[in-house]
Amino acid sequence: MTEQHRYLPTTEQDRKEMLETIGVSSIKDLFSDIPESTRATKNKAIELEEALSEQALTTYMKQLAGKNTTTDTHAYFLGAGVYDHYVPSIVNHVLLRSEFMTAYTPYQPEASQGELQALFEFQSMMCELTGMDVANSSLYDGFTSLGEACNLATSVTKKQQVLYSKGMHPQAKEVLKTYAYGMEYQVSEAPLENQVTDLNWLKENINEETAAVIIQYPNFFGNVEDLRAVKDLLADSKALLIVMANPLALALLESPGKLGADIVVGDTQPIGLPMSYGGPHCGYFAVRKQYMRKVPSRIVGQTVDSDGKRGFVMTLQTREQHIRREKATSNMSSNQALTALGTSVFLAAVGKQGLQDMAQQSVNHAHYVKHKLAEKGVTVLSNDSVFHEFVVQLSKPVSEVNDRLLEKGFVGGYDVSKEWGADNATLICVTEKRTIEEMNSFVEALAEEENR
Amino acid sequence: MTDKKDLLFSKDHEWVERLSDNSVRVGISDYAVEQLGDIVFVELPEVDATVEAGSEFATVESVKSTSEIYTPVSGTVSNINESLEDEPEKLNESPYEEGWLVDITVSEELDLSDLMDAKAYQEYTDSL
Amino acid sequence: MTVTYDHLLFEISKKGRRAYSLPESSVEKTELASVLPSHLLREEPAELPELSELQVMRHYTGLSNKNFGIETGFYPLGSCTMKYNPKINEDIARYSGFANIHPLQPEKSAQGALQLMHQLENSLKEVTGMDAISLQPAAGAQGEWAGLLIFKAYHEANGEGDQRRKILVPDSAHGTNPASAVVAGYDVVEIKSNEDGRVGVDALKAAVGPDTAGLMLTNPNTLGLFEVDIVEIAEIVHEAGGLLYYDGANANAILGKSTPGEMGFDVVHLNLHKTFSTPHGGGGPGSGPIGVKAYLTDFMPSPRIEKDGDYYKLTDNHPQSIGRVKGYYGNFGVNVRAYSYIRTMGAEGLQQVSEDAVLHANYLRARLSPYYDTPFSSHCKHEFVLSGNRQKKLGVRTADIAKRLLDYGFYSPTVYFPLIVDEALMIEPTETEAKETLDAFADALIEIAKDAETNPELVTGAPHTKAVKRLDEVTAARKPIVIYQKAHDNS
Repeated sequence: MTEQHRYLPTTEQDRKEMLETIGVSSIKDLFSDIPESTRATKNKAIELEEALSEQALTTYMKQLAGKNTTTDTHAYFLGAGVYDHYVPSIVNHVLLRSEFMTAYTPYQPEASQGELQALFEFQSMMCELTGMDVANSSLYDGFTSLGEACNLATSVTKKQQVLYSKGMHPQAKEVLKTYAYGMEYQVSEAPLENQVTDLNWLKENINEETAAVIIQYPNFFGNVEDLRAVKDLLADSKALLIVMANPLALALLESPGKLGADIVVGDTQPIGLPMSYGGPHCGYFAVRKQYMRKVPSRIVGQTVDSDGKRGFVMTLQTREQHIRREKATSNMSSNQALTALGTSVFLAAVGKQGLQDMAQQSVNHAHYVKHKLAEKGVTVLSNDSVFHEFVVQLSKPVSEVNDRLLEKGFVGGYDVSKEWGADNATLICVTEKRTIEEMNSFVEALAEEENR
Repeated sequence: MTDKKDLLFSKDHEWVERLSDNSVRVGISDYAVEQLGDIVFVELPEVDATVEAGSEFATVESVKSTSEIYTPVSGTVSNINESLEDEPEKLNESPYEEGWLVDITVSEELDLSDLMDAKAYQEYTDSL
Repeated sequence: MTVTYDHLLFEISKKGRRAYSLPESSVEKTELASVLPSHLLREEPAELPELSELQVMRHYTGLSNKNFGIETGFYPLGSCTMKYNPKINEDIARYSGFANIHPLQPEKSAQGALQLMHQLENSLKEVTGMDAISLQPAAGAQGEWAGLLIFKAYHEANGEGDQRRKILVPDSAHGTNPASAVVAGYDVVEIKSNEDGRVGVDALKAAVGPDTAGLMLTNPNTLGLFEVDIVEIAEIVHEAGGLLYYDGANANAILGKSTPGEMGFDVVHLNLHKTFSTPHGGGGPGSGPIGVKAYLTDFMPSPRIEKDGDYYKLTDNHPQSIGRVKGYYGNFGVNVRAYSYIRTMGAEGLQQVSEDAVLHANYLRARLSPYYDTPFSSHCKHEFVLSGNRQKKLGVRTADIAKRLLDYGFYSPTVYFPLIVDEALMIEPTETEAKETLDAFADALIEIAKDAETNPELVTGAPHTKAVKRLDEVTAARKPIVIYQKAHDNS
């Protein structure tokens, strides 16, 4: 290499000295064990674009970023699992602290107390929100958490049938099917009745082979499901009730734990994480105490040091792959510690009242837009029992309407024609961030499209 | 209560105490406990579970390892030491008394001829 | 510095404080009670802390002072590649055009994001020598699982799904390998390493057969040794009808020197949070893209990105695909950082990365081998394994050595792994550490080896300088306390 790269401190002089200590004459000698036929030689060397200076890099990356529509340029009325919510500035400031950001998994607890305590607080707050006894320190995202929950359910019940509601996020269903393909259990979809999971269908289909029933809360279309009624159907069954919940909604909705859930999973993106084109977000995973030793991934526990001082460690580690290897029931290794920290800082900042206010304001805004649209003659398909999302039927294809909305400064709803089973159905979300001007002009713009 | 010298031992370090003509109590030896270190969790089979000689029936965990425990006899689990759930340390403190694992009712005639007496077991562990 | 901060969020909370200001809203309140049955409304609000903004910042700053990251000091954790995480990549990932975009917004409004992903895929194809890449897996373990599901779908498509049920895994492998095989529905067969720490060709020949679905291999392996028989290993597995999976955790050793594609692997994953410099974040998020040879592309996770003229689009009409392994398109924000890194280094820079990483590891190994047992004699790649057996005889365990290193201002190496080495210390220095740092680390380990002989209590009582002394992990596991107790009692 001709010029010393700013990330590489080793100089030619260093190299010479090190080679001498090692007792070889050139770097090549250290790679001589790579078989000739597999070596990257001149003909098959890796080819990449020229290295860029810092300035050229930022210029280029800004250009790429500039091609995307963002929340700075448009008002988003799109949700469907990922939400444009307020994130206090301090969240990012804490995440940028390199002691958190550049650490590895806290294998040496004495040098990682900060991370461990922050994750212990994350677990505590997730249990508080979900009404459960034990939470892990995070998983990849809400959908993989759901897959892990089903693996847990089929493993502890030793049953092979999972029933999920049609009101689940379509991508959650897809991930679930991939998990089921891996562990070789069966999944079936329960239909909706009156916009929530059909209890009669469940009643007829829950049987001795059922490992779990999965309900999304609120469901994909925005409706709030009656978890207690589902739990009642499981009274004589060994099947577990798995709930995939939006943690923001849990500020106002009764906790799934109180309504009978055995496992509660979901994604903390709505509480403190940027949308980031779908990731990294943060899956959470909470259970009743009896399943504590079956929970996938890392769990932080409180203990004391040799002086009796409070401290934190990763605990119950024998559940995990690095110890149990082929006897493990999950292969989870890395978690989403940094995004879990983001959610923790968020919850510490908005606190008990702020979370409720934020959820309530989102509800208010969604119901306001829903009523305004109906007033303007737009066909609203959802009934009133929705949280901050609802379905509207347009008179032309959703993508066409969204294209025009995009020109007017809006990102429109998500096309749910296939999921809902009606032509031109779109799922609209309104969060606390939308101003009254944005909401009114969105209603105008959509009504105008309908009347064209 | 239990005197080590009245017990029989397997090569996998389980001990067996004859409770009656068709029932035994099973635990793990002090040698095994020492090898495992501080025991933090014990997973036992459910009462009425069927177990087969030589197969895994329980798991004993330390902070960073898990070990399978094999039953030396076939039969049905008639009783489990539930106190180990909250106090797994009993296994370290009292492997032959308070740290017993399960009682098994044997289905066929009790045959303990493959097992060693305390003296033979001592010689066996000394040789390891 | 003495760290005194010792509070939980819940202990400094006081009713009425806040650290947020919501956007103003004049919209009338919708009473959920008017649209939902009362039992679905929260009876008791969640007991979250109430703090002012400075209190929150001081809390987390206090915690960060009790945490050790790469910028705190040398972090020689084996198989984790704790290299410098460039700051500029953090700036770039936070550009609004990357951070504030929705995964379901219209394709044409996210062309920059799709273009970046497509270009990252192309770069990773080069680096791995594979024909197609999926960025969807969130981490290495998820990449392994996705890769093994591709094995499964491939064998099923050939009518051999029921027959090929076994995955071969060397005993030196990362724990995720056998665990991933199990959650993909496979049985695991362990292959014993030979005396020089590598996969034995004879052991492999004895293990393969018509029931073999594939072999998982890390190369260089977790001992830091290159599998010199890789060409023959690939032939043996392929001849038996199995496929080869490359665990890319150690790819930092071979950039520009060799590729898994050339070695004969069929599916690979890379850990972008290791080799490609994205921060580990205290355990995640990572990113674990997979690459496959051309004949396996139909089985890859869906959706995939395609370039059509100048337009980038997502396609999901892949009937043989294993399906979706994660929401949306993977950990996009992590992938942005990795792409920035690749553009910063270029091909030549990446090759220098591997050369320096391997040089550093061999240098440290040479300096330490007089004082610690080195189980395998050959040169290593980017990491190496020492054994603390000599010190164990003096009553000083590897765990003690690890704790004592903390007192010198270093993080500890990976310990007690790989399992096939007693009292293992697995050291990976990376290319971004200066020689002076490597020397200081070697000096510390040498001094510890001497203290083990003359003053073992100093080592066994370590750490002496951290926020806490040695923690009681036994009680933590026996009587688990995993959430704040007072909050729990109140609920």
